[in-house]
Amino acid sequence: MALTDQSKIRNFCIIAHIDHGKSTLADRIIEKTGLLTSREMQEQVLDNMDLERERGITIKAQTVRTIYKAKDGQEYIFNLIDTPGHVDFNYEVSRSLAACEGAVLVVDAAQGIEAQTLANCYMAIDHDLEIMPVINKIDLPSAEPERVIAEIEDVIGIEAQDAPRISAKLGLNIEDVLEGIVAKIPAPKGDREKPLQALIFDSVYDPYKGVIIFVRVKEGCITKDTRIRMMATGCEEDIVEIGTFGPGKFIPCDELPAGTVGYITASLKNVKDTRVGDTVTDARRPAAEPLPGYKKVNPMVYCGMYPADGAKYPDLRDALEKLQLNDASLQYEPETSIALGFGFRCGFLGLLHLEIIEERLEREYNLDLVTTAPSVIYKIYKTDGTCEDISNPANMPDPTEIAHMEEPFVSAEIMVTTEFVGPIMKLCQERRGVYLGMEYMEQTRALLKYELPLNEIIYDFFDALKSRSKGYASFDYDLKGYVPSRLVKLDILINHEEVDALSFIVHEDSAYERGRRICERMKDEIPRHLFEIPIQAAIGNKIIARETVKAMRKDVLAKCYGGDITRKKKLLEKQKEGKKRMRQIGNVEIPQAAFMSVLKLDEE
Amino acid sequence: MKNKEPLELYIHIPFCKRKCNYCDFLSFSGKEYCVWNYLDALIRDLTRYGGQTVSSVYIGGGTPSCVPLGFYDKLFSCIRENYFLLPDAEITLEANPGTLTAAKAVEYKRAGINRLSLGLQSAVDSELQTLGRIHTFEDFLKSYEIARKAGITNINVDLMMGIPGQTEESLKTSLSRIALLHPEHISAYMLIVEEGTPFADMYKQDPKAFPDEETVSRMYETTIAFLEKKGYSQYEISNFARNGMVCKHNVGYWKRVPYLGIGLGAASLIDETRYRVTTDLLSYMKELSFESEEKLTIKDMKNETIMLGLRLKEGISYTELKDAFGEGFAGYTVARLGKYVEKGYMEHDYDRFFFNVKGFLVSNSILSELME
Repeated sequence: MALTDQSKIRNFCIIAHIDHGKSTLADRIIEKTGLLTSREMQEQVLDNMDLERERGITIKAQTVRTIYKAKDGQEYIFNLIDTPGHVDFNYEVSRSLAACEGAVLVVDAAQGIEAQTLANCYMAIDHDLEIMPVINKIDLPSAEPERVIAEIEDVIGIEAQDAPRISAKLGLNIEDVLEGIVAKIPAPKGDREKPLQALIFDSVYDPYKGVIIFVRVKEGCITKDTRIRMMATGCEEDIVEIGTFGPGKFIPCDELPAGTVGYITASLKNVKDTRVGDTVTDARRPAAEPLPGYKKVNPMVYCGMYPADGAKYPDLRDALEKLQLNDASLQYEPETSIALGFGFRCGFLGLLHLEIIEERLEREYNLDLVTTAPSVIYKIYKTDGTCEDISNPANMPDPTEIAHMEEPFVSAEIMVTTEFVGPIMKLCQERRGVYLGMEYMEQTRALLKYELPLNEIIYDFFDALKSRSKGYASFDYDLKGYVPSRLVKLDILINHEEVDALSFIVHEDSAYERGRRICERMKDEIPRHLFEIPIQAAIGNKIIARETVKAMRKDVLAKCYGGDITRKKKLLEKQKEGKKRMRQIGNVEIPQAAFMSVLKLDEE
Repeated sequence: MKNKEPLELYIHIPFCKRKCNYCDFLSFSGKEYCVWNYLDALIRDLTRYGGQTVSSVYIGGGTPSCVPLGFYDKLFSCIRENYFLLPDAEITLEANPGTLTAAKAVEYKRAGINRLSLGLQSAVDSELQTLGRIHTFEDFLKSYEIARKAGITNINVDLMMGIPGQTEESLKTSLSRIALLHPEHISAYMLIVEEGTPFADMYKQDPKAFPDEETVSRMYETTIAFLEKKGYSQYEISNFARNGMVCKHNVGYWKRVPYLGIGLGAASLIDETRYRVTTDLLSYMKELSFESEEKLTIKDMKNETIMLGLRLKEGISYTELKDAFGEGFAGYTVARLGKYVEKGYMEHDYDRFFFNVKGFLVSNSILSELME
């Protein structure tokens, strides 16, 4: 089938709040368009990382091309561009949206609009996408499609009366969605004769093909002979292969004209050369301007990652290198800690991104990791007039050299049922939130707007939000900028020795509380030793909290006769092994878990 | 499993009238009907491994004193037929008050048993009840008298520290009452709450029912001081003896003397290999099989020498280590032991290193650090 007839192409994405059924609908679309039989369908074809399937969220954008024979007898090419489903990957979402003409907005018939529905929807409207609402999960007993339709019309302000009412899970009314896509979502425009402009919306690394870049051709045409140039990075290469996306595989083709979505491989070794959002042009006949909207994504959250077994340092380095090939937003550089040895300071888009990388390192690369408390980037204005960005508390200059400090703030929108407004406001206050306002979406739900310091939400804000709203609150945020703040470096001393891996930067007002909790936590985590171990939290030379691990008084096996010896010996050897896996700070052995326990402090 | 040197013989009797609340030993009640079949199995195995010289016999359980009259006459005629018992062999039988009768004591004496170990645990009846023992202190006194009358001149009394409801005061009561009887030997154990016992459930529900770590530690210190004053010297973590009447058989375990274990679940150490007989009663009575067989490595031997040797008050010496494992290991170990002397957990006398009371109390932590 020819690729050239623009009027028969539909480039679209599916946007939804987490769990509203985006991936399931994507599966159904692929299934119904007939390129895969039901039997071939693996559940949720698009989320192809194990981790994604387990967590039920999409991390990397996925794309698939299918062919749909519509009721008008014509065949249409559907390019479904799946978008990452989490606020951490906002920029990736925005680039995916820029590759489409329309968006299928999936809303749960029971839950209605949530914070991310709104955030994604506004983003899609910003990109001039045609929004096609779909009401999903109508099979649920609690489904109220009419109420949700009214809500969509009220809140978002788009026509929704004829929105397909479907159950993606049961495969109900999927035809309506497919016909809707044909009828409502505009065909792409663009002139294949113009100089080439193609938007990079994703890239992956394949061990055989090298870097594979995913593009949406806006103007011009890519052929196998094109010499491509990345307009932001300036990198130039000859094309090795171009093609389109079959379900789960790449299908080579000869040209990608304006309006199409496809992939390019060139002899690119480094994903860094192919930044998401950049414009690909023809080096021999370059476009005058890149496409709008490119920005370099910078990590917002940093933490130290150390191999539990120091000998695994090279393995960790290799693993990070490989992960970075697929994830240009992951940054890392070597660092050393007195407590943890050699490791890396890694930068992430957000806490979820951090957790995902951590899990992938542990699962896919079989590494046992110790991570330090996550930190944001603080701006430190020094008395000598210079400014430093600090993401590792250990690098914080002496207080006497600091004129003032700034910390990043985000604008946050929290959607919550009205009964939980109180607890959520309390949470935001505890986290130093600045209240901006509240809007009632309807009688039972409100949208709270806050400005929150980023360092207060990178710990366990999501968990706290969920537990205090019984799971009903949803949350979305955007980096707002830097704000002057009274910040201090909190050190933890174990047996009078400072443990660098446990230090962190915190607001003066939260320091005491945080210090006290960490001391309590450490007390529970550090096993008793033969001597008493003081655990102290300090700001500079001032001790603000203290706990004590009492000395071991009794650890003895009263009976050990002929039949007990083997068991007893194994027990002692195991005890010895356990100690080996601990970190030695001075003469105190600290279990790995203790370093992690400081991350979870919101337990009442 | 033949040994040229004299070895120690252990025989396991897994029967009990009632299982105690803290007990996780291989024993069961309600199976007395197979006692005689069990004896046949013991005789089968004793015959099989016969021809060796035996320096001590220890009959443990379970409750060895609960089996009917005639059992030990038969058992010992088999032992004597098949083994050469050294003339000064120590022959111990564990007996529980409440199951010992005059007739049985006479049989024991006749069979050649010369040492009885009486499981008293506490001289306070309420504590005995908590433990799930079937006897009172009064019953114990009767048993003690029966043993003496039968001519048993070497008696051990077991005592327990850390019983729910026990206080330092009630422990002193138990100690005084026992000391009045002048047994030759006292074993004083700190209670261990073992997984799968009624006490484990009780502990999960209410850990405060048990004396806390600090209290038990003080009980231990009190016991050592009290018994020293009464003429009992501590020779192992939990064992005390008058006039050097130590349990030779048990000292053998700690000095790694070879031993042959006969009976259900019994362990043996022969030619530096540790065997363990199956723990399945029916299968054992049908034929002898082993649950495990482990050839010890040099590392195992080193670890055992340290962990067992340091249980003894006399500890371990450079010379012994050097003779067994060479100068390198002996020097290395002694240097490490020296650190615990500095920290106050051990003492030394020329080349001999041993725990003091403080060290015994945390000996597991230190031993684990000393493991290879």
